[in-house]
Amino acid sequence: MSFVEEIDYGTPASKSENAVTLTIDGKEVTVPEGTSIMRAAREAGVEVPKLCANDMVKAFGSCRLCLVEIEGRGGTPASCTTPVADGLKVSTGTDRLQSIRRGVMELYMSDHPEDCPACAAGDCEMTRMSKKVGLTELRYGEGENHVWPARDGEANLLFQEQDASNPYFAYDASQCIVCSLCVRACEESQGTFALTVEGRGFESRIAAGMSEPFLESECVSCGACVQACPTGALREKSVIEKGMPDHSVVTTCAYCGVGCSFKAEMKGEEVVRMLPYKGGKANRGHSCVKGRFAYGYATHEDRILNPMIREKISDPWREVSWEEAYAHVAREFRRLQYQYGKDSVGGITSSRCTNEETYLVQKLIRQGFGNNNVDTCARVCHSPTGYGLKTTFGTSAGTQDFDSVEHADVVMVIGANPTDGHPVFGSRLKKRLREGARLIVLDPRRIDLVRTPHVEADYHLPLKPGTNVAVLTALAHVIVLEGLVDEAFIRERCDWDEFQDWASFVLQPENSPEAVEEVSGVPADLIRGAARLYATGGNAAIYYGLGVTEHSQGSTTVMAIANLAQATGNIGRPGVGVNPLRGQNNVQGSCDMGSFPHELPGYRHISDDATRAIYEKLWGVKLDNEPGLRITNMLDAAVDGSFKGIYIQGDDILQSDPNTRHVAAGLAAMECVVVHDLFLNETANYAHVFLPGSSFLEKEGTFTNAERRINRVRKVMEPKNGYADWEVTQEMARAMGLDWNYRHPAEIMAEIASTTPSFSGVTYELLDREGSVQWPCNEKAPTGTPIMHMGGFVRGKGKFIRTAYVATDEKTGPRFPLLLTTGRILSQYNVGAQTRRTENVVWHEEDRLEIHPFDAENCGIRDDDWVKLSSRSGETTLRATITERVAPGVVYTTFHHPETQANVVTTEYSDWATNCPEYKVTAVQVSPSNGPTEWQEDCEELSRLSRRIVHVEAAE
Amino acid sequence: MRPIVYIPRDSGALALGAEKVVRALEKELESRGLDACIVRTGSRGLYWLEPMVEVETDDGRVAYGPVAPSDVAALFDAGFLKGGAHPLSLGKPEEIPYLKRQTRLTFARCGIIDPVSLADYEAHGGLRGLRNALAMTPLEIVEEVTESGLRGRGGAGFPTGIKWKTVHDTPADQKYIVCNADEGDSGTFADRMIMEGDPFVLIEGMTIAGIATGANRGYIYLRSEYPHAHQILNEAISIARQSGVLGPSVLGSQHAFDMEVRVGAGAYVCGEETALLDSLEGKRGMVRAKPPLPAHEGLFGKPTVINNVISLASTPIILDKGGPFYRDFGMGRSRGTIPIQIAGNVKHGGLFETAFGLTLGEIVDDIGGGTATGRPVRAVQVGGPLGAYFPRALFDTPFDYEAFTAKDGLIGHAGIVVFDDTVDMLKQAHFAMEFCAVESCGKCTPCRVGSTRGMEVLSRLRNNIEPERQLEIVTDLCNSMKFGSLCALGGFAPYPVISALTHFPEDFRPTPVREAAE
Repeated sequence: MSFVEEIDYGTPASKSENAVTLTIDGKEVTVPEGTSIMRAAREAGVEVPKLCANDMVKAFGSCRLCLVEIEGRGGTPASCTTPVADGLKVSTGTDRLQSIRRGVMELYMSDHPEDCPACAAGDCEMTRMSKKVGLTELRYGEGENHVWPARDGEANLLFQEQDASNPYFAYDASQCIVCSLCVRACEESQGTFALTVEGRGFESRIAAGMSEPFLESECVSCGACVQACPTGALREKSVIEKGMPDHSVVTTCAYCGVGCSFKAEMKGEEVVRMLPYKGGKANRGHSCVKGRFAYGYATHEDRILNPMIREKISDPWREVSWEEAYAHVAREFRRLQYQYGKDSVGGITSSRCTNEETYLVQKLIRQGFGNNNVDTCARVCHSPTGYGLKTTFGTSAGTQDFDSVEHADVVMVIGANPTDGHPVFGSRLKKRLREGARLIVLDPRRIDLVRTPHVEADYHLPLKPGTNVAVLTALAHVIVLEGLVDEAFIRERCDWDEFQDWASFVLQPENSPEAVEEVSGVPADLIRGAARLYATGGNAAIYYGLGVTEHSQGSTTVMAIANLAQATGNIGRPGVGVNPLRGQNNVQGSCDMGSFPHELPGYRHISDDATRAIYEKLWGVKLDNEPGLRITNMLDAAVDGSFKGIYIQGDDILQSDPNTRHVAAGLAAMECVVVHDLFLNETANYAHVFLPGSSFLEKEGTFTNAERRINRVRKVMEPKNGYADWEVTQEMARAMGLDWNYRHPAEIMAEIASTTPSFSGVTYELLDREGSVQWPCNEKAPTGTPIMHMGGFVRGKGKFIRTAYVATDEKTGPRFPLLLTTGRILSQYNVGAQTRRTENVVWHEEDRLEIHPFDAENCGIRDDDWVKLSSRSGETTLRATITERVAPGVVYTTFHHPETQANVVTTEYSDWATNCPEYKVTAVQVSPSNGPTEWQEDCEELSRLSRRIVHVEAAE
Repeated sequence: MRPIVYIPRDSGALALGAEKVVRALEKELESRGLDACIVRTGSRGLYWLEPMVEVETDDGRVAYGPVAPSDVAALFDAGFLKGGAHPLSLGKPEEIPYLKRQTRLTFARCGIIDPVSLADYEAHGGLRGLRNALAMTPLEIVEEVTESGLRGRGGAGFPTGIKWKTVHDTPADQKYIVCNADEGDSGTFADRMIMEGDPFVLIEGMTIAGIATGANRGYIYLRSEYPHAHQILNEAISIARQSGVLGPSVLGSQHAFDMEVRVGAGAYVCGEETALLDSLEGKRGMVRAKPPLPAHEGLFGKPTVINNVISLASTPIILDKGGPFYRDFGMGRSRGTIPIQIAGNVKHGGLFETAFGLTLGEIVDDIGGGTATGRPVRAVQVGGPLGAYFPRALFDTPFDYEAFTAKDGLIGHAGIVVFDDTVDMLKQAHFAMEFCAVESCGKCTPCRVGSTRGMEVLSRLRNNIEPERQLEIVTDLCNSMKFGSLCALGGFAPYPVISALTHFPEDFRPTPVREAAE
């Protein structure tokens, strides 16, 4: 039980390559040019007192505690703002300095509560600094202050009540020392600019927004201000309530694909707070509202802790022992396979679970079920990424690390909304944009990045949903036509003949900006400008999201992106690349681990005899050399009566997969649906067996984020349900007669490493030592590969692919005149199973339909009205928000709430190559409504019925 | 010949009724059927004689003042249009001892010419410096200014040439010249006088600075309390632009330079150069930590010359007559002339430009003529509200940066405020802290909290609450503020307090009688 201590160097590191040597308190230290004296001192082991500096924000020089003396220079400069210079002789602790510091500290303490609760808890730097400067006497006595609410019956006008509006932290102005660290963290780390200093002189106070309560301001609750606050002015409510933590463990966030590292700060078995870990190479000490605060679902009362079984889905659940559950599942699956054939069962791995758990689920299916009927929820998000990048570059993954964005000069964001979906990367991107990088956004919606404080896109191409390929090919048209390609790069690293073929294709008249303007609605001059900027603006990086993949031409779009990057030589060095922003924490990992029916771990095709041989030898079974069923095929087969049983780990397909009615029909047709999850999710309404899952806080393992970074997940508490998910899968396997004996996930990783070339160097020891590594990690790259395709493409020559635009079959018409596209928002996550069980609901209590004022007028809809949203698949109701963020003709909603069931309306159209559903384009009709549809009411009733549990205790 | 009458449009003169005098003159001219040309000028800076009316005669100008509207008829009766004798007649203005004793280099034209007449300006030697500069390389201009020994007249006294050299040597795609016209010190008005009386000299100076350093854009950051200066500057800039002094080709050269006036919002701290830059950028005016120096990263992060009005307005004469000419005035390391502003309780308040080196006593007693109340001078505060108080005992201090520093004082912007023997120095010390508390930007703690605590401690002292202890605390506080503050606002607030304590300790002693009475 120990605390993970991180040194605060006081000011950010300098990136200069020139070294400077100076002497601080007699110690010689060599640091990069541009380093502050404060940081140099800390590196020499000398801690200069400070209150307004930390190493995540630029020096400010306001607290005046860090003053030093420099031989030969007059005065007492602040060490945080004074850069080092060769040969300086610096003293940090002379009597003169200590006397000034004591004087300043005495002033600080004259406006600080005597009974400061944070000081008492040891959560306030004021106490430590007072000691450090030797302050013993407070002589100022009673005077103006921000501390007393009133005295002698007279109200203190300077006093402010505590602002507890934010669900996760409180602002107590009486403890504030106006050091501006929170303001600067909000500006520099987060980039929201929600905080400011109000008033001046003694009246200066921190204010959120226009002096609003935090909750009502622009604050996005990322927690950076709380983390930066040196006093108790901004504190987590959990710390106020539970007290200070007694130990901490570094682990990885289980929300989005950024994969932020956190210190789980614990008090016994209880998480007191999650603090972003500066050593985390994905997040570099930053966080968002979800990872930082929304972990309460892990201990939510809705969590199911005992296994349950029922005969029919109309029955109430019956709690059973784990043994009974395992035996039941094994019996049922064997029965189904006996009765309906070996291929009548399958499973779905989870992008939410660890690599090790995912590996085990596909292993169970391949080794235990004896078929390849394994798929993963990544099917419905990033399968086109895997296909497209493997085809063009040779690796099913993004090319860069997140640090790369710091070197980008032009950033093109396509179909992604990083400030909501990948907030920590969004903040890192905004920081680079504020430094002057240029921005191109391709999105039907005016996402926040298009215009946000101190950031404005040079080009926003508001294309019609479904026309990505047309617009990207038009960009290529301009680049080729105007001779902006990087010929040297192409000749060296790509196939020149293929390039010429591609070039002649993109130059065809139907790919000209004018022609594409007709299709996409994007003005031709915007396409031209964006193409020129991308091709000529220096290091150009593309970041994209599900707005690229979740289309009938998702894979084509990914290849069109790869074409652009190759054609302009923007691959294989920092600052460039093709970067998919992965939706879930372990989308990358679940794909890496062989979750697809056609691939074994490491993206090796199931038909490859040599690869199969490795596993056949190890597992002692014969593997089928034909790909198994994809999720949609499984559901189709279920409806046809040939698919009868499924094991679903951590995926709520009913809510998250398209065409909900079809999913429901498929599930209803099965005889044994096993759901392994934290909660009775929507899919569990159709389940016969429920196996309680464990949260990321309760297990060991690894997640692989969007930059191929393998991060350790560490257990900080015992599983509430008794077992980590990998243990449950193992017991199921054993019940089915497999001889599995893993004692720790490290052993599973050892098996992965021994069978998968791109993981061959990965061990838990290496991860503990390095913090994390990016695959490929093997003999060629012992500490991983931050940037891929350096010096050459993995597949040999980069491949150019013709990307003909084929319009989706989903078209608007008189019945369904509008195009629906879907997405998510900052505070909620995916189907909301976790975030809806946290205080995050204060920001988003329901899904809303965004509609342009023009369309709202046409449909007779006012703001906040209930509307019916119908497509040829189904209909649902929700309330409308009228906004110009969406273009006329386009409506938008989120899918976080089961009550809305947005996927009732999405269709079964999908990517031609990978079956990734076309969530982003559905022709819909919007009309006024009185309330929930019949379907919604039926669902709610079904949910109510299927959540009845007969407790074991009650039965006894 | 049509008679010419000169009356200032300077706001000091306007405050004393110049506008009413103009109207009375016009009325009188009309009723008498006379014709005369009324020319509005700046002020010559003899404020006890304002509104001062001058007429052009064959023998030069004759001055009358202070003129009230009710005096106008009598002036006509006395034939003032021809320089006729009248009790208000001051004779030839340049013979008035107060003016005669001055060395007017920077203010040579101020009060004489029509401030918005470029022809007048050129006729009186204007644009010669700029024309010379255009024939020189930028580095030669910088060297000329360095040679002159000119130091920042805003108060810090930093060598102007070195500042220009730094900006000259810093490569950048854009550089700026910023003129600090946020003249906020009590008892100062030199900036205002020159902007209202001879704006072209400032425009010329900024243009020279631009050519010398490679900046093509200038901003004058003007305090909002100077509406007349704002108007006159805008008129002058517009004229300069129309006549090709400003614009893409300065006086037909390959140099481009243009400028505009930006008006502050009333914060004293925005006279501090880095807070000024923040304010100019549209931000809250907060002091920036240095480094980076504005010369490296100034306005909008670009290399920026930021100089006081008088520093910039002094460069045309330097470029006109050469660095050595200017350098040969003054004493020690304080070279050239300094426009001393004499104010407060003083008989002859006004602007007095002279070479460095006069003693404080000469300035206050001889030139200022002692107090307006006629009581003995007890203290003078030099250098604005945060300058030190000097007692008579230190009146032998010569007006020189180093000499003042040696006496724990500062010249600042060369404003002198005179107090007679009724002044309460404890109250003045309290005022210094109060001023600092009101004007603190709130960034650094010594200033933000210290100024308020300073007021409280001095109030306790006033109320005889543990006076010895309060004296000890206030001394420590002044030490923390002086050495701990981020900028000169908090750093100099102790100067008036400590000087008052040192030189007038009797005002800080407890009053036993009062104590006994309580």
